Amino acid sequence: MSGIIELTQVNKIYRGGVDLQVLFDINLSFEAGTCNAIMGASGSGKTTLLNIMGTLDFSTSGDVVIDGKPVNNMTKNQLARMRNETIGFVFQFHHLLPEFTALENVLMPHLINRWRPSNEVIRRADELFEMLEITDVKYKLATRMSGGQQQRTAIARALINNPRIILTDEPTGNLDSETTEKICLGFREINQRYGTTFVVVTHDYFVAEHTDRIVEIKDGRIIIDKKSDVQTRNIPPKT
Amino acid sequence: MLAFKIAVRFLAHGRTQSILILVGIAIAISIQIFVGLLIDSLQRTIVDRTVGNSPHITVSSAADVATIREWEKIVYEVEQTREVSAFSPSATGNAFIRKDNKNLPVLIRGFPFAAADGIYNIGNAIYEGSEYSSRGEVLMGRELSEELEIDIGDKVVVSIPGGGSVTLTVSGFYDLGVKSLNNSWLFTYLDTAQEIFDFGNRVTSVEMKVSDVFQADSVANHLGRKLDNDDIVIDNWKDQNEELLSGLEGQRISSAIIQIVIIASVVIAIASVLAISVLQKSPEIGILKAMGINDFNASLIFIYQGFLLGLLGSLAGLALGIGLLYSFIAFTTGPGEVPLIDLYFDYEFVIRSWLIAIIAATLAGVIPARKSLKLNPVDVIREG
Repeated sequence: MSGIIELTQVNKIYRGGVDLQVLFDINLSFEAGTCNAIMGASGSGKTTLLNIMGTLDFSTSGDVVIDGKPVNNMTKNQLARMRNETIGFVFQFHHLLPEFTALENVLMPHLINRWRPSNEVIRRADELFEMLEITDVKYKLATRMSGGQQQRTAIARALINNPRIILTDEPTGNLDSETTEKICLGFREINQRYGTTFVVVTHDYFVAEHTDRIVEIKDGRIIIDKKSDVQTRNIPPKT
Repeated sequence: MLAFKIAVRFLAHGRTQSILILVGIAIAISIQIFVGLLIDSLQRTIVDRTVGNSPHITVSSAADVATIREWEKIVYEVEQTREVSAFSPSATGNAFIRKDNKNLPVLIRGFPFAAADGIYNIGNAIYEGSEYSSRGEVLMGRELSEELEIDIGDKVVVSIPGGGSVTLTVSGFYDLGVKSLNNSWLFTYLDTAQEIFDFGNRVTSVEMKVSDVFQADSVANHLGRKLDNDDIVIDNWKDQNEELLSGLEGQRISSAIIQIVIIASVVIAIASVLAISVLQKSPEIGILKAMGINDFNASLIFIYQGFLLGLLGSLAGLALGIGLLYSFIAFTTGPGEVPLIDLYFDYEFVIRSWLIAIIAATLAGVIPARKSLKLNPVDVIREG
């Protein structure tokens, strides 16, 4: 069975004065349309793993196949295009461009390879703003929004190109519990509505429990790979 | 397009920083334009006042005080030379002018009036009376006429060194602004001079002006090759004013050095400001790369910023520099409120300087752009 993300025998060694191996023979596959959590302590290698899945970093050995395409031999431009079209990122620090409004930030991945936004993508942006409950900050600069609003804007930005995969790294790291829950529910809703595959790196059990599957890493090795115990799957899709 | 939009927003958002660097560029370019145009105007003024109302190239006989044979052939070649803007054959000879007890040396210069006007601007130099209009009439310089107390219409006796004398009528007075010429030159018809000195149909020189005074030597060489005649010598003002030219050349080089240093400082200023901007904006650039902007477009953001800073800064600099120049010329006047320097507005220099400033500023953006190429999103997006 082939997944949308396939990692086979992936090793990662940081070369330096002393070589540091952070991932050991990782074999991992994520099915399309699933919501997954990668957990682990700081330095366990979970972020490195996420970056390799997101083609931001490269494995030292092993095969990485994203959406059916082996990435090892792709050029930088091919990788950039793949990230733009197939993968959306949400990081702990939202990194919205403070010079642009929320709407402009959200449209940015779409505009990377186009001159102007299509009507369809503007409608999609509106829909995302509504779903993430940030319509009232649509025309505000990123600097004039709360942390939660900024993070939700970053989520809308990750979704604008309708990517098949969303990779998020500690997306709620800076947020209070109420906002964290809203974000988690938002992820689930997107997952169910659009069939987007989620891989969420977190050390927060509360966040992980909102997913279908939890993969736990320790010292660069997978130690647990299980279905989530508590799931909040039964959110009715919006019509 | 996105890269351009981001560049504009980056500049607009860091307004204070952008304004400071724009002011810096504007001042630098204004000084460059001011110095460049001023030195150029100064040089042209010096040259104009030195050789403006005199021939740039003179063809004369290789022998002392001798006439040129077949001068029509020389005139024909001169006519074919595109760079020549005015020319005239001239019959010139030494004589003495007598009035009362005074006997003063003069140089009788015979020209067709229109041709002489093209070279010496004699028409404008006549301040009393009129040009010579019939045989035997002459134009006399201010100082000579004052010394001899001559009035318009007076007759003067001119004796020729070889013997004999003629009587000439003064039709007008001129002032060429050069005392030594005013004191000694008598302008008259070519054939009057030929007759006085018994030259027959011959002339003593063919004088000419060229459209670009600094090309006088190459035009003279070109004519020399075409005429290929050992009986004549071709002088040009540049060979006769080597000291002046070396002074001007020194001035030109120092002006060029100042301009190069200014452009270099503009490049360094823009490059350093944008290099800091790369550091400041590295999280945003990192996330843009994660979102799929390719390295080329990411680096374009900084090249566009350099271009925009160069474009706007140099435009302001042009306006400021030209304003400075006009003010300087207006406020530095000599006797009689005449500007010390005549303004020569070299559009080509201004446009060239503007383009160089824009290109240099754009290239200055390449340094931070290269820095942005090395930016790895993994390194910056986790930092917050």
